[in-house]
Amino acid sequence: MTILMPEPDQAVLARRGEIVAALRKIVPGEGVIDSAAEMVPYESDGLMAYRQPPMVVVLPDTTAQVAKVLRYCHDNGIKVVPRGSGTSLSGGALPLADGVLLGLGKFKRIREIDFDNRAVVVEPGVTNLAISQAVDHAGFYYAPDPSSQIACSIGGNIAENSGGVHCLKYGMTTNNVLGCEIVLITGEIIRVGGKSAETSGYDLMGIITGSEGLLGVITEVTVRILQKPETARALMVGFADVEAAGKCVADVISAGIIPGGMEMMDKPAIHAAEAFVHANYPLDVEALLIIELDGPSVEVDELIQRVEAIARGCGSTTCQISTSEKERLLFWSGRKAAFPAVGRISPDYLCMDGTIPRAQLPLVLRRMKEMSAKYGLGVANVFHAGDGNLHPLILYDANKPGEMDAAEAFGADILRLCVEVGGVLTGEHGVGIEKRDLMPEMFSDIDLNQQQRLKCAFDANGLLNPGKVFPTLHNCAELGRMHVHGGKLAFPDIPRF
Amino acid sequence: METLKVRDAKDVEDAVRAAIAGEQPLEIVGHGSKRLIGQPMATNALLDLSALNAVTAYEPNELIITVQAGAPLADVLSLIDSKNQQFAFEPIDTSLLLGTPAGRGSIGGMIGAGFAGPRRIKAGGARDHLLGAHAVSGFGESFKAGGRVVKNVTGYDVCKLLAGSWGTLAVMTEVTLKVMPRPESERTLVLRGLDDVAANRAMTAALGSPFDVSGAAHLPGSALRTTQAPLGELGAPDQSLTLLRLEGITASAAHRAGSLRAALSSYGPADVIEDAESAAAWAAIRDVAPYAASGPRALWPVWRIVCPPASGGAFGQALARESQGEVFYDWAGGLIWAALPPSKDANARALRQRVDAIGGHAALIRASEELRRAVDVFHPQERGLAALGQRVKHSFDPRDILNRGRMARGPAS
Ligand SMILES: Cc1cc2nc3c(=O)[nH]c(=O)nc-3n(C[C@H](O)[C@H](O)[C@H](O)COP(=O)(O)OP(=O)(O)OC[C@H]3O[C@@H](n4cnc5c(N)ncnc54)[C@H](O)[C@@H]3O)c2cc1C
Ligand SMILES: Cc1cc2nc3c(=O)[nH]c(=O)nc-3n(C[C@H](O)[C@H](O)[C@H](O)COP(=O)(O)OP(=O)(O)OC[C@H]3O[C@@H](n4cnc5c(N)ncnc54)[C@H](O)[C@@H]3O)c2cc1C
Repeated sequence: MTILMPEPDQAVLARRGEIVAALRKIVPGEGVIDSAAEMVPYESDGLMAYRQPPMVVVLPDTTAQVAKVLRYCHDNGIKVVPRGSGTSLSGGALPLADGVLLGLGKFKRIREIDFDNRAVVVEPGVTNLAISQAVDHAGFYYAPDPSSQIACSIGGNIAENSGGVHCLKYGMTTNNVLGCEIVLITGEIIRVGGKSAETSGYDLMGIITGSEGLLGVITEVTVRILQKPETARALMVGFADVEAAGKCVADVISAGIIPGGMEMMDKPAIHAAEAFVHANYPLDVEALLIIELDGPSVEVDELIQRVEAIARGCGSTTCQISTSEKERLLFWSGRKAAFPAVGRISPDYLCMDGTIPRAQLPLVLRRMKEMSAKYGLGVANVFHAGDGNLHPLILYDANKPGEMDAAEAFGADILRLCVEVGGVLTGEHGVGIEKRDLMPEMFSDIDLNQQQRLKCAFDANGLLNPGKVFPTLHNCAELGRMHVHGGKLAFPDIPRF
Repeated sequence: METLKVRDAKDVEDAVRAAIAGEQPLEIVGHGSKRLIGQPMATNALLDLSALNAVTAYEPNELIITVQAGAPLADVLSLIDSKNQQFAFEPIDTSLLLGTPAGRGSIGGMIGAGFAGPRRIKAGGARDHLLGAHAVSGFGESFKAGGRVVKNVTGYDVCKLLAGSWGTLAVMTEVTLKVMPRPESERTLVLRGLDDVAANRAMTAALGSPFDVSGAAHLPGSALRTTQAPLGELGAPDQSLTLLRLEGITASAAHRAGSLRAALSSYGPADVIEDAESAAAWAAIRDVAPYAASGPRALWPVWRIVCPPASGGAFGQALARESQGEVFYDWAGGLIWAALPPSKDANARALRQRVDAIGGHAALIRASEELRRAVDVFHPQERGLAALGQRVKHSFDPRDILNRGRMARGPAS
């Protein structure tokens, strides 16, 4: 537990009773929760090592209520943490002791399905999977598919800019949303975009997506839906070493093929998954690739052959090609269950999420092995190999003294390595609290100040989800101050015409 | 007007700092090919980025290219083309429309304008392909946004803001862009004689099919009257053209063209054109050839209207009828190019009322300087949204040093 949160504001805590009463006036009935026992489910998100009871939980069910809650908190200097389904793996929805936890769980309606414009308008608490299910009968689906899709909310997906195994070909959340309604901390309701392909003016939808609940509370979302591909088939290819598997990934891409999904697992992950779901994974290989091609049958059949030839050229030792939908799903079952499978072989694990240039994969895996020896902790790797997004799962036991700290230090080393080889700290899980203190590995003070100024444009008093994403909090007046250098001479020393 | 030819990011910082100190706004120019777009500006110095023209790194296997912002787009396009790659969003070449010299245009300008071509319906826009940038803000500070990998959610996605910001937030000095494999071949289905509304329905059906359509455009006869090869030859002034593009490996594109033709048989018989012929037609649509500055519509103001795609046909038909103007459609109806007969305000008021009613927005892309002074070039926004946009602008450039007044009229910017 090395991550410090902002000091709770004692003056706010002293007014807790009054605040709860005021919130009850805005959200009547069971929409305000203040008993310690009932607040327990809200104490943490998917980063379960961190827990913190909030000051109070509010569950509004209309945009007007959200606006009133936020205005009240703004006027009274009270912090607010938005929460969707609480599956964040980076602690984005971790409550604050002196903060209101604003849950969007009651925003569960699908407001409009517009097949002609290929758009669906939903409330933020709708789960990712529910959108695809609602349009499935007409052959459509919503493309981004995080493994948590049965549980995670679309509002949370927007806030985290979530990905999934298919985002290599179909993009992340940001490439699949058209518009939203967002409530600022002042209570002002703003609509951005709609059913058009582009918004007017600055691309605020683009900046809201991935903003981790720091800019505003999303109360409605318009997503783009796609027609399902005619068919999909997968190859499951084994390699005697990770280098060969990495080369296969690069060769597929440089052959101009963008598979629907291209996933890699290393030996520990293969063994854990196989023991859990019995997907017939080969156990004598060092790396396994699952490569899915989708589209019309003529295309899929031809690309499968091309990919198979590439794999053989890279020295694959096993190769199976799915011949039925059942078999394709079986190939995926182990990969999709990789996290819980690893959960079975280790009391606890920490899921990391860096992205690296694909070419660096062998080096990064080698270095990770060394770190694993140094920290004395095992690691199992699953990757979105096509886009270089790593998910090392660090195995530890929180009950053994020092192991959690070691696991966190190991994780931080992995992320530093990702940045060192030209990659980034997080590919899809977000910064939250987990990677907050590593931000300076990637960004200078100037970079971070510019991002925080942007925050000031939305939330001048820093009341929305403080303590997340940014390692140091600055006040907006200081950030906005202009330090003018230079004298009177305009444009010194630059060639002119 | 003074022109400062910057050599590196440090020069850009110095220039912006001096501009702040001297309260002298700067105009940012890549190659100036799109200087005729936007609100005429109140600047008296030009920041010329054309010397920042190096390709820093091109890594085809990683699907990325990093280039300095002043690099000529034409050079970069031919470089990535040599590896069978492309910018999937099909950036538009505005020289035909604006009557500026062909072969100009910088990477920074491509991002600054953020105009995407026909493939936007499948591959997204410039914003979806900008992975990282180094830029100098209106504080005179170099900052970095994003990264150099395709998947990244570390911090705010500032790149999204830079794309399409017309140089009003920061001066980009270097950018990393996603490149994608160029499809092996393309087929275009050609339907003839549909009116705008029927064509809109046909395009909607095509986009709602599993055949992965990567271009959907409709050109009424009026648009064909004013354009020469390739579109003029493909159609006839008394017969509209509806084009649907399928790209991919050859077997797949051909198969899908056949399936789509069958699925759309109720809209009449369809021809199929292939590869080079198809590509030429789509380039003409992308670059707004029907309203070329060298053609008969040279003096007509041109609007770019973005709207919910299924509303496009009825909207465009009514607009053309009432204004005595001409329209054609891209993005399955979601993008309408409209050339309207010259009038005092380029029909701005009436047009925007209509556009607002269907939830779209309209920008006046080609017009005389006088006209661009008289009307809002970019679509006016609802007050709260506009104020938020203004606060965002000031979070990058509090003194309005960069491209003052380019995106919005009035004293505020
Ligand atoms: C088993 C498992 C597998 C996972 N697999 C993937 C995966 O494949 N890909 C992937 O990208 N992620 C994955 N995740 C991470 C997680 O599911 C996503 O980040 C998801 O988008 C979070 O959604 P949520 O509704 O649970 O949000 P929460 O956890 O409740 O919140 C996440 C963040 O969003 C903010 N937020 C939530 N709702 C709103 C709103 N309406 N307005 C403003 N801010 C809001 C919160 O403040 C917080 O910062 C996985 C998680 C688990 C537990
Ligand atoms: C053979 C050929 C093919 C072409 N094909 C295409 C094509 O496929 N796609 C395409 O888009 N274009 C193409 N073009 C060129 C295109 O028409 C434009 O000219 C070009 O994209 C705009 O660049 P510019 O530097 O001239 O823009 P400018 O007019 O200089 O700039 C446009 C806007 O961006 C801003 N801006 C410019 N540079 C920066 C910067 N560094 N930082 C911040 N803001 C900046 C400007 O201030 C301005 O607001 C092609 C040209 C040729 C010759």
